[in-house]
Amino acid sequence: MLLVYCPYCDVERAETEFACRGEAHIARPADPTQVSDEDWVNYLYMRTNTKGVYAERWRHIHGCGRFFNAVRDTVSDRFLKFYKAGETMPDLEAIAKEAGK
Amino acid sequence: MSQPFRTEKGGRIDRAEQLTFTFDGEEMQGHKGDTLASALLANGVHLVGRSFKYHRPRGIISAGSEEPNALVGVYRNGDQTPNLRATQVELYQGLEAISQNRFPSLGFDIGAVNDLMSPLFPAGFYYKTFMWPKSFWDRVYEPIIRAAAGLGKPPKNPDHDVYGNIYVHCDVLVAGSGPSGLAAALAAAETGAKVILCDEQAEFGGSLLSETSASIDGKDPCDWVAETIAKLMTMDNVTLLPRTTAFGYFAHNFVALAERVTEHLSNPDPKLPRERLWQVRAKEVVIAAGAIERPMVFPENDRPGILMAESGRTYLNRYGVKVGHKVLVTTACDTAWQAAFDLKDHGVEVVAIADMRETPPANLISIAEARGIRVEAGCVVTGTLGRKRVKGALLGKLMTSGKVASGGQVACDAILMSGGWTPTVSLYSQSRGKVVWDADKGAYVPGKSVQNERSTGASKGLYGLQATLEDGYAAGEEAAKAATGKSAKITYSVATGGEAGAGGTLGALPHDRNAARVKAFVDYQNDVTAKDVKLAVREGMQSIEHIKRYTTTGMATDQGRLSNMNALQIASGALERPVTDVGLTTFRLPFTPTTFGLFAGVSRGDFFDPVRNTPSHDWVVANGGVYEDVGQWKRTWYFPKDGEDMHAAVARECKTARESVGLFDASTLGKIEVVGPDAAEFLERMYTNPWKKLAPGRCRYGLLLNDAGFIVDDGVIGRLAEDRFHVTTTTGGAPSVFATMEDYLQTEWPDLDVWITSTTEQFAVAAVQGPKAREVIAPFIEGVDLSAEAFPHMSVVEATFCGVPCRLFRISFTGELGFEINVPRRHGKMMWETLAKEIEKHNGTVYGTETMHVLRAEKGYIIVGQDTDGTVTPQDAGMSWAIGKKKLDFVGKRGLERPDLVAENRKQFVGLLTKDPKVKLEEGAQITVAENPATGTPAEGHVTSSYYSPALDRNIALAIVKNGHALEGKTLYVPMPNGSIPVEVTGPVFYDKEGARLNV
Repeated sequence: MLLVYCPYCDVERAETEFACRGEAHIARPADPTQVSDEDWVNYLYMRTNTKGVYAERWRHIHGCGRFFNAVRDTVSDRFLKFYKAGETMPDLEAIAKEAGK
Repeated sequence: MSQPFRTEKGGRIDRAEQLTFTFDGEEMQGHKGDTLASALLANGVHLVGRSFKYHRPRGIISAGSEEPNALVGVYRNGDQTPNLRATQVELYQGLEAISQNRFPSLGFDIGAVNDLMSPLFPAGFYYKTFMWPKSFWDRVYEPIIRAAAGLGKPPKNPDHDVYGNIYVHCDVLVAGSGPSGLAAALAAAETGAKVILCDEQAEFGGSLLSETSASIDGKDPCDWVAETIAKLMTMDNVTLLPRTTAFGYFAHNFVALAERVTEHLSNPDPKLPRERLWQVRAKEVVIAAGAIERPMVFPENDRPGILMAESGRTYLNRYGVKVGHKVLVTTACDTAWQAAFDLKDHGVEVVAIADMRETPPANLISIAEARGIRVEAGCVVTGTLGRKRVKGALLGKLMTSGKVASGGQVACDAILMSGGWTPTVSLYSQSRGKVVWDADKGAYVPGKSVQNERSTGASKGLYGLQATLEDGYAAGEEAAKAATGKSAKITYSVATGGEAGAGGTLGALPHDRNAARVKAFVDYQNDVTAKDVKLAVREGMQSIEHIKRYTTTGMATDQGRLSNMNALQIASGALERPVTDVGLTTFRLPFTPTTFGLFAGVSRGDFFDPVRNTPSHDWVVANGGVYEDVGQWKRTWYFPKDGEDMHAAVARECKTARESVGLFDASTLGKIEVVGPDAAEFLERMYTNPWKKLAPGRCRYGLLLNDAGFIVDDGVIGRLAEDRFHVTTTTGGAPSVFATMEDYLQTEWPDLDVWITSTTEQFAVAAVQGPKAREVIAPFIEGVDLSAEAFPHMSVVEATFCGVPCRLFRISFTGELGFEINVPRRHGKMMWETLAKEIEKHNGTVYGTETMHVLRAEKGYIIVGQDTDGTVTPQDAGMSWAIGKKKLDFVGKRGLERPDLVAENRKQFVGLLTKDPKVKLEEGAQITVAENPATGTPAEGHVTSSYYSPALDRNIALAIVKNGHALEGKTLYVPMPNGSIPVEVTGPVFYDKEGARLNV
């Protein structure tokens, strides 16, 4: 069971308090009418499914209820960074390098 | 004669306290401090079970949790726990144990005929034999295999024990309390770190408890253990957990421990749990799991009386039990020699030490000679005699050619063997670390740490008392430093004696016997022989993973701790590839068998899943209502009256609701309060419908899609004020709709000034439906003009019900005049009882979910999740009217424009009428164009809802059918086993198509 840090509550809690909500930084297009069918399908379904360092969304569903983001190495399951929703996507390569991956 | 194999003195048993126990009904004596295994051995009992496949007599082989043979059932409170390892069962007064896998008795077992027929049962026997004919799979083969499979018999009654559960965090968890584990715990504890020390055994100390030929700080090792434990016990930062197995190592240093709390007690405190699950989050872990001795693979190495050498030494030194009176020691390494010396010193006749090495260490030979023990170098055992107890052994001389010459026969009543040592890397392996092959040690040892852990001592292949102590201290210091940043000055204790031994062997040993006829066992529990492993290779298995599955080697309860290395070596030899190329099977959790009770904990029976009751619950129970489970909710299904069956009850309820009035508990519906200046804008974006122009006091049906364009939920939404909406959702969809709303609100539109709150549990809801609904509620509603003009269909108002604040909706899921009254949950019972009494005056009825379903189906109202399946769009459902055409965007709008969603041939929502009104379709049945379609013809759609409609006095159904909207009036077929059923496609609304009954 993973140990997850909630950047809003500033606490580490067991995974059972949280829900993982898939890849982070996939924004809903501001004006969907201007989006091609292909791009809309990409937005709906296509995910990078990275083997390695990956930014994903978590929700402290049994805590504060807030969504936030985490950088996790999907191979080792290690979390490398937690940050609030709305913050810009960190440099995953730099994080991976720092973690010695 | 009592305990003929007990030593005169010594051991850690309490000789003053004698305990009586039974094994297969025979009464025997033992002592406090014994395990069932040591007590049986003290009584001269070696034969304790029958093997799995060949039913060969088997004896105790080890003294630890890796024991493959001595699996017993233990009775307590009339129930039997099967498959316990006798080596782990602590003796208590009155213990009742039985042997397993034998019929009619342990001594005479009919299944033993399998041993004679063993040429018929080679590896892969099942796969080859039970293939054909196919019709035999479930009727013949499976019952036979099931009857023969398994060892112990499962208990008949539900588990009457309770199990505890505890979560803890610590700085350093030390798993194992041998010399390195104790040293690690002490070193870590001295720094002030929060330490947990656990050990699967009843006593801490591990190998030190049977070490009599060494000393630590000049003291007897057992005294050093006692002093160390006493010191640890005084420290507040230390938790000591004996009888506690670290059985699983998970991500983020989460380690699961199983503590056996009362199983060793004769009369346990009933308030205590049988076992306790410790879920430990450790900053750092020290794995001090030790090593286990490897069996030697020689012919007939499985006879009762043949044990591991160090286990024989443990029985002698720790339990005061001699494994025999005439013992042969056969070995490939130094450590077994000490077992021979200790036995001799206790007056046991050691018939010989047969060491397969050409030149065993000279110092050992001289010690043996000084004790008058015969030493045979370059000598292996090539067979054993006896059946239920070993009587003798055949010796063989290893020749330079690699062949074996007969070396005569010796008489003995026990054989101690040692093929060397295998580090216990299970926990390390579970932590996802990759083991590496150490050619010098002939063993896999832990490689790089993946998590915050380190192995110490024998579990990393380090032997010798002084070395393991030193390594343990260092590991403890390092772990504490890593966890807390603190260190302390630690004084290391110094050991003398207990030096590391050399030597060891892997794989099957050479012999001069007929290889086709002898059995040399690799995996005792699963009866896998060296021959089987070779056969698997001959039949094409290349990887050890395949060999494991083909032969079942390593699938025993010890997860291959005893057998893996030997199997690997045999496979490597047969494949003519180095061991490292053959691979290694994964050490899976649990480390030792773990009870389901432990995992379940308190989550059993009433605590398995929360039960959600509605406010009418007590009334419904008292009035004979029948419940159905809807998720966690208990919802009333129907109310039978005067012996009615379900069909009759539902027909009456439907009819009464349409003719007079019905009362339904709708409290389970999801409710979400959407509040804020941007509340209307938010709903505008979430739902397909327009909301901004909805006037306060009015309601609208809302349809919720996902961004792909498919229907995911629906419900009526009432606008209570400019900035406040009362949203309802389906019962099952409530949590996901709320989560979806939160998701969009927090992550896509954080600029919107809206608060959403789940209010499902805040309101009790009574639906009053039917022509007389207004008259029923009127006496209790204050301050509202309920007339059709003042309060039309799809209105909402805040009022009071019997003086209690309520939200009154005029809405209908039945097609009749209807009201839904929401009161605070605590007043729900009062509201229900008041209304239930009132409807009686109007010859009304209470009704359940089944009637609700029929009434809505008559009206063609969809139930999301029943009539839709996640691929249905509003257009498919015939609900384009629900889409706000002028809206630029809402969740799902762009998705709906995708080519596939506007293409021809989509499945659409329709009604079906069977040509014969008495025939009822089955929900889920497939629909075809042809009356008798050829096998493989794709279906045009399927039946989603099907009921008898009392209002129409015929059966009706709803379905999704390809191009259904264009097929109205056409005939399709529903092929069933008893013949194809012709149906006519209709619109989905069967009753009151104009909706006149709503607006009265």
